[in-house]
Amino acid sequence: MGDKSAYLIIENLTKKFGDFTALEDISLEVFEGEFVCFLGPSGCGKTTLLRAIAGLDIQTFGRIEQAGRDISRLPPSERDFGIVFQSYALFPNLTVDRNVAYGIENRKTPKPEINAKVAELLQLVGMPEQGDKYPAQLSGGQQQRVALARALATAPGLLLLDEPLSALDAKVRARLRREIKDLQLKLGVTTIMVTHDQEEALTMADRIVIINEGVIEQVGTPEDIYIRPASPFVADFVGTMNFLPGTAGTQGHVKLDGIELATNSSTNDVGPDEPITICIRPEDVVTRGVTKDTDNAVPAVVDALEFLGSFYRISLHTQGPARTGFRADFSINLMRDLDISEGRDVVVSFPADLIRVYGEAFTHSDETV
Amino acid sequence: MTGTAALATGLEVKEKVSREDWIMRGVLLAIALFLSVSILLPLYSLMSKGFQDKDGNFTGFANFSEFFATPALTYSIFNSLTITLWTSGIVLVLAFTFAYGLTRSCMPFKSLFKGIALVPILMPSLLPAISLVYFFGKQGIISSWLFGYEIYGPIGIVMGEVIYVFPHALTIMLIAMAMSDARLYEASEALGASKIKTFFTVTLPGMRYGLVSAFFVTFTLVITDFGVPKVLGGKYNVLATDVYKQVVGRQDFEMGAVVSMVLLVPAVLAFFADRIVQRKQVAMVSTKAVPYVPQPSKGFDMAMLGFCSLLGFIILSILGMAFFASFAKFWPYNLTLGLNHYQFDLMDGGSWASYFNSIELATWTAIVGTVMIFVGAYLVEKSKGFRTGRAAMQFLCIMPMAVPGLVLGLAYIFFFNHPDNPLGFLYHTMPILVICTVTHFYTVSHLTAVTALKQMDPEFESVSASLKVPFYKTFRRVTVPVCVPAILDISMYLFVNAMTTVSAVVFLYSPDTTLASVAVLNMDDAGDTAPAAAMGMMIVFTAAGVRLLHAILTRGLARRTQAWRKR
Repeated sequence: MGDKSAYLIIENLTKKFGDFTALEDISLEVFEGEFVCFLGPSGCGKTTLLRAIAGLDIQTFGRIEQAGRDISRLPPSERDFGIVFQSYALFPNLTVDRNVAYGIENRKTPKPEINAKVAELLQLVGMPEQGDKYPAQLSGGQQQRVALARALATAPGLLLLDEPLSALDAKVRARLRREIKDLQLKLGVTTIMVTHDQEEALTMADRIVIINEGVIEQVGTPEDIYIRPASPFVADFVGTMNFLPGTAGTQGHVKLDGIELATNSSTNDVGPDEPITICIRPEDVVTRGVTKDTDNAVPAVVDALEFLGSFYRISLHTQGPARTGFRADFSINLMRDLDISEGRDVVVSFPADLIRVYGEAFTHSDETV
Repeated sequence: MTGTAALATGLEVKEKVSREDWIMRGVLLAIALFLSVSILLPLYSLMSKGFQDKDGNFTGFANFSEFFATPALTYSIFNSLTITLWTSGIVLVLAFTFAYGLTRSCMPFKSLFKGIALVPILMPSLLPAISLVYFFGKQGIISSWLFGYEIYGPIGIVMGEVIYVFPHALTIMLIAMAMSDARLYEASEALGASKIKTFFTVTLPGMRYGLVSAFFVTFTLVITDFGVPKVLGGKYNVLATDVYKQVVGRQDFEMGAVVSMVLLVPAVLAFFADRIVQRKQVAMVSTKAVPYVPQPSKGFDMAMLGFCSLLGFIILSILGMAFFASFAKFWPYNLTLGLNHYQFDLMDGGSWASYFNSIELATWTAIVGTVMIFVGAYLVEKSKGFRTGRAAMQFLCIMPMAVPGLVLGLAYIFFFNHPDNPLGFLYHTMPILVICTVTHFYTVSHLTAVTALKQMDPEFESVSASLKVPFYKTFRRVTVPVCVPAILDISMYLFVNAMTTVSAVVFLYSPDTTLASVAVLNMDDAGDTAPAAAMGMMIVFTAAGVRLLHAILTRGLARRTQAWRKR
């Protein structure tokens, strides 16, 4: 993607609602043909940013440029985008055909051409021969396909998706996720999707923009975000993370309840013995074949077992005086092999390259998203 | 470029106002201008008139001092409050019980009773009053039931007003009761509370906003009503009849202005109190509420059926008596039926022309009013930016509700009949009647339109804009078709009210534009009670016909659009 030019440039964008600052000094570039997800908890400002890009709620300060054109002040009707809402916003009194044709009909295109285009679009979104139905006669997933076809009908340069899948049930959501991504690749249309569902963002996006309280926390590929979260917030919001209180040790080392752990994560900005937060994902904790002599071994005691179908998530605590609690994933057959049960001693290890260290102390929110 | 400049100077980004925005603002301004001319300026004329002498010199509070120094006038305030409070008390109990029967019992014929209860809406308030004269007047069939009291006076007024406002109070009660949450009743039952305890701890508290709102609506309707006290007042003066007497009887416009300002005070207070209460009510409704489904209970159901039957019977007898009286040749001596009272052209103060004028007024009011009110509501709801303009418009749309019809009509005289007013040519014409009637009934229709518009997906406009379809096309192709039921409701409401209203237009008609409802008043005044009843019945027939047409249209529409309407 590096050789592609920036298609959408957002510079120092701020949005205020009265005294409340919904977005603060946002700068971002989106490249041509890219699929970008705005991910964040509800109320973080991601939808506000999307609406500013669409011109539906114009920013208070800042500049937006699309395809080399300054669109900062333009009303939505003078911008170039198609949009799909969570509510679909299909016109209830028009058939599927007329909904899809709504934008093209206005352009003085001849009727046969319109009909051919509509048929093609419905084919594209996997809804051929349903054109005579009304939106109320369709399922949620079908309605969302129609909304997508309608948004694409005018061949916009930018496709905006505002939580398009969150009103659907899990199975339909998973299928549509795949289909939308395929469609986007096929058409090559620059796409921005707003979502609060990390799985959606991780599977669909080329790049993810994590937003929290009106500020961008991190921009990166799904792998970047997941493996190298730039802040405790990102680490907490995407995936599951253990946040463990520790202290800084010698260069490249941290201390967790008396155990010295090597880490590849930078600890430069904190002096020795200053408090830090040690992070490791439960699935990154090595559980098989660990002895007290393994690198970064952590002896622990089992507190509780949580059965999650294909694996167990085990709550443990360290054996030192702090009894620091953390969680680790154990596969079903490992559970059998080790005969894990409450109160048992086990040894696990935290691989040096998978440990993240953050300077600040962080209280992790128990919100399950 | 503008963006970077703005950033450098820290200036806010101002949205470019598109051609469409200008169109929206233009139309919005035009409607706001209409309302300014049709309510704001006339009210101003009225107010200033109250502070002037007959020659137009400013006299400060001299007129008010005179008003409060005239016991005959000040006593009306007391009288008005007396009958209003009595009526409100009685109506609240009756309407509450009736609504309770309709929503909380398993009695049969619920929709029939609901239909009967709404019948008084079709009548000008003069008609139930005239009907009461036939029951309890000097030659009435059951006048002895009043134990020697006279129907002309407070008793008669309260009886007439109760019938007149009953459907309005009932409608509010029904809405309030429909909003109750079945889960609260289940919880109460599960906790072992008795039925009576449940009534006082769940039902009544849940209804409190409905009750208060019904009280204020009844209060306003009664204190500003002019039809019932006009017919049944006798020597018992109230504020509404005083305005009429000062202006029409004594031609004392200044004192008329003072009395109507006094009348405006309780109306405005009730209006604001009601707005506050309604806002609270909305906040109380939870989307998760489960509607209450009553369980059969023989004794209770029969009691409710008995109560509703009695009330239904009374309402139907009021209508039936007016109906019968209009056909009886010479009450009470010759009760053979005939059409001689319908020969309005032979009566003093009435003519068939006035009936057709009323039809014309109602038709124009329905057409002009519906278009303007719906478009206005659409623009207030959906236009972007332009905050001050929209807020002002919203205020103008709500304002008419606080102004009693008599006050509005009198204000029109002062404003439009002023020699310097360039709009003076409208005075004594059909258009001024249409303007006045549209304005008088603007608020309820506006709120109906706003409710319908709020139910639509707010993103329709966003989608249209993204597809480069101008808003007026989406308005025509989507908004209007989806809102047709509400549009039909509004036009029917305007038509029926234009047929039945007396209060505002009574000051504004001319010999060429006499109206049916005014003819009822004038014929009754002249002692032609039976022809007055006959004209009243013509109004009822017409209003009922329009309601029927509305029901047929709505049903037909529901069938045609059921493919896309989720029910």
